Amino acid sequence: MPRREATPAPADAAGAAPEPDVDLSRVAELVAEIDPRSNLIALLQRAQDAYGYLPEPVVDEIARLSGIPASRLYGIITFYAQFTTVPTGRHKCFVCHGTACHVAGATRITEALEQELLVADGETRADREVGLDSVACMGACSQAPVMRIDDETYGNLSADETRKIARKLLAQIAAEQGGGSDA
Amino acid sequence: MPEATVPAEGVRVGVAAGADGRRRVSVCAGTACVFAGSMKIHEAFAAEIAAAGLQDQVEVGIIGCHGLCSQGPLAVVSDGDTYYPRLKLKDVKTVVEEHLLGGQVVDKLLYVDPATGERIACARDIPFYKAQTRIALRDVGVIDPESLDEYLARGGYEAARKALTTMTPEQIREEILDSGLRGRGGAGFPTGMKWKFAAASPGDVKYIICNGDEGDPGAFMDASIMDGDPHAVLEGMLIGSYAIGAHEGYIYVRAEYPLAVKRLRLAIAAAEERGLLGDDALGSGWSFHLKIKEGAGAFVCGEETALIASIEGKRGMPRTRPPFPAASGLWGKPTNINNVETWANVPWIVANGAAAYAAYGNDTCKGTKAFSLAGKIVNGGLAEVPMGSTLRHVIFDVGGGIKDGKKFKAVQLGGPSGGCVPASLLDTPVDYESLAATGAIVGSGGMVVADDTTCMVDLARYFLQFTQNESCGKCVPCRLGTKRMLEILERITAGEGEEGDVERLESMALNIKRTSLCGLGQTAPNPVLTTIRYFRDEYLAHIDDRRCPALSCEALIAYTIDPDACTGCTLCAKKCPVEAATGEKKQPHTIDQGLCIRCDACRVACKFDAVKIVSGPEEIAAAVRAQHT
Repeated sequence: MPRREATPAPADAAGAAPEPDVDLSRVAELVAEIDPRSNLIALLQRAQDAYGYLPEPVVDEIARLSGIPASRLYGIITFYAQFTTVPTGRHKCFVCHGTACHVAGATRITEALEQELLVADGETRADREVGLDSVACMGACSQAPVMRIDDETYGNLSADETRKIARKLLAQIAAEQGGGSDA
Repeated sequence: MPEATVPAEGVRVGVAAGADGRRRVSVCAGTACVFAGSMKIHEAFAAEIAAAGLQDQVEVGIIGCHGLCSQGPLAVVSDGDTYYPRLKLKDVKTVVEEHLLGGQVVDKLLYVDPATGERIACARDIPFYKAQTRIALRDVGVIDPESLDEYLARGGYEAARKALTTMTPEQIREEILDSGLRGRGGAGFPTGMKWKFAAASPGDVKYIICNGDEGDPGAFMDASIMDGDPHAVLEGMLIGSYAIGAHEGYIYVRAEYPLAVKRLRLAIAAAEERGLLGDDALGSGWSFHLKIKEGAGAFVCGEETALIASIEGKRGMPRTRPPFPAASGLWGKPTNINNVETWANVPWIVANGAAAYAAYGNDTCKGTKAFSLAGKIVNGGLAEVPMGSTLRHVIFDVGGGIKDGKKFKAVQLGGPSGGCVPASLLDTPVDYESLAATGAIVGSGGMVVADDTTCMVDLARYFLQFTQNESCGKCVPCRLGTKRMLEILERITAGEGEEGDVERLESMALNIKRTSLCGLGQTAPNPVLTTIRYFRDEYLAHIDDRRCPALSCEALIAYTIDPDACTGCTLCAKKCPVEAATGEKKQPHTIDQGLCIRCDACRVACKFDAVKIVSGPEEIAAAVRAQHT
């Protein structure tokens, strides 16, 4: 549930993953700012903040600049749930599955979102517009079940209410895409 | 059983007045209230107060978790501590015009006591608060957590001043030992003893750590302290650093608590700027530097050796003890780790004396303990009671009993490491030893209340799925054992249980407890063992009868419509996302079992209680037949 698997990037026909085109200059700045020897996790957190995820070239660059083997870096990246090696959705939905939310029907909230947004729990839609994830506990137990979509929080949800919110998000995405193609 | 001490005084809930004695509206900015929309309420107050021309007489501020989260979003007006719960945006204008401008308390917006129907104006008079004794939470929900001045105005850092300038480190350690304070993270080890070990360890460089990796789902006490009263943690650690001889400290905060990180950072910066922390703290000559480390999302990091590995930038995997951290901890140096709530108690004990703290509690456990109350309980929120209070006191006197008039079934204590305590044991005192005897634990203090619609087998499956997912994989019993147990539980809740499953679960559970490396594996089977112990019948109903008595396990239930109750209003058909509920207007509707996804939307929508959930092969067949007669 909370731990995201480090899914390998999809391989192309030749068997090699396409290298994402990434500007690596920010990595050097971060390594200069944060000592990789004493503060490695913070460094990876800041790198993920900067790039949205930890693509292979970024991890390789951290390894090259710090002298820490990439294998050790991946050991850490795959251990902690916060890190991801695949890009996340532009809109991020998190459904709380803490104990209080579980007994209040969080599973039904996740199912409603899966059906409306056409994305499986723990995954990002192929068009990278929406990602759906479960989290362990947001600490808002008295408003259970709760979820967060981007910066907006929702409490005391029903499956029906969740579907309405999901449809609003889809309408928003459609409007954004419409606006984008006009421009 | 030991008697609980009757609280000597009620809780201090009263918000601080504004600067220069101005009146103040304090809006609760605890997590649950924020989810309920309190930040919009805060903005509305600022706008309405400005519109009324009151901005010079009334200030608008925020407070940390006020406690009664199920009444959020809420605000408290400083004159008379008038308590306005469940505010809607349109109510804000009414409060500003009638109360702040007109001087009249707005009766219709006040809290209504569900037991008596009486309206209560002052927060202190509400039973939920009256039944508590707040020490660790003394200033949470009272002061603005981002204001050092408000903490100082309530006597903040006076305990540290007393400790650093008038006491020897040994005197402080004795004081903490005499207070009877035990680790509030759940293990219950005497804090003073821990401090003595770390102080006695040879070496010039020592560390202290605050464990803020509160990972139990359903627990939010530590979050509320860190984001509601961060200086209490800082002051406790400053006192501890001097008592132990550590010049450096770390606060390890769970990744999911960005607000706590922000408030702690602000608090450290403010305390350093005023000379309360850092070199020559409080002008005492003692130096103490404090840093924050953010976790990256791994439940096992709440275990102290895993937490230390994580601070060192490694995979957060536990190691065997001994050596204990007191001898060899962070970077191989003597290290003392205490939980957030433990640290927050320290300044109070130093200021008021060990005897004052030990006056609360019972024979084995002194002082108070904070709990988060959640689940099917009327007063969901944050509460602190003397150790040794009964579960009944916490759930019924403080918590107000069970929601929607339903029946109490069990309370789950201590999250994934804890267990379920049934109704027959409600008079168990809340202390480490008494709760351990039930198979549950005090744990960090999460209490999730279950009513008769909560399936105990599913609850056990839920917790095991959690621990299985969070198992670091280092030792085999935890990595594979919890996986096998989870598979059995998944089968049972899917209606595919086999004879002998319960016995298999019990035998595996005992082996995993005995042979796992760290606390995560050693306690992971507890939710399963306690539910089998107290709710064995429910397991057998799933396995032998293919029936879920709580009508909760999706594979074992069906939604049907009672033709006698259905009026044919068509609402269920409108709400059904898969067109399983159908029927003619004003004619009884039916639910197609092949299409139904058991999303509950029809049952929630139905105003005539006509949608029924049934479980068991025969019961389902009968109800489906009835739909078509």
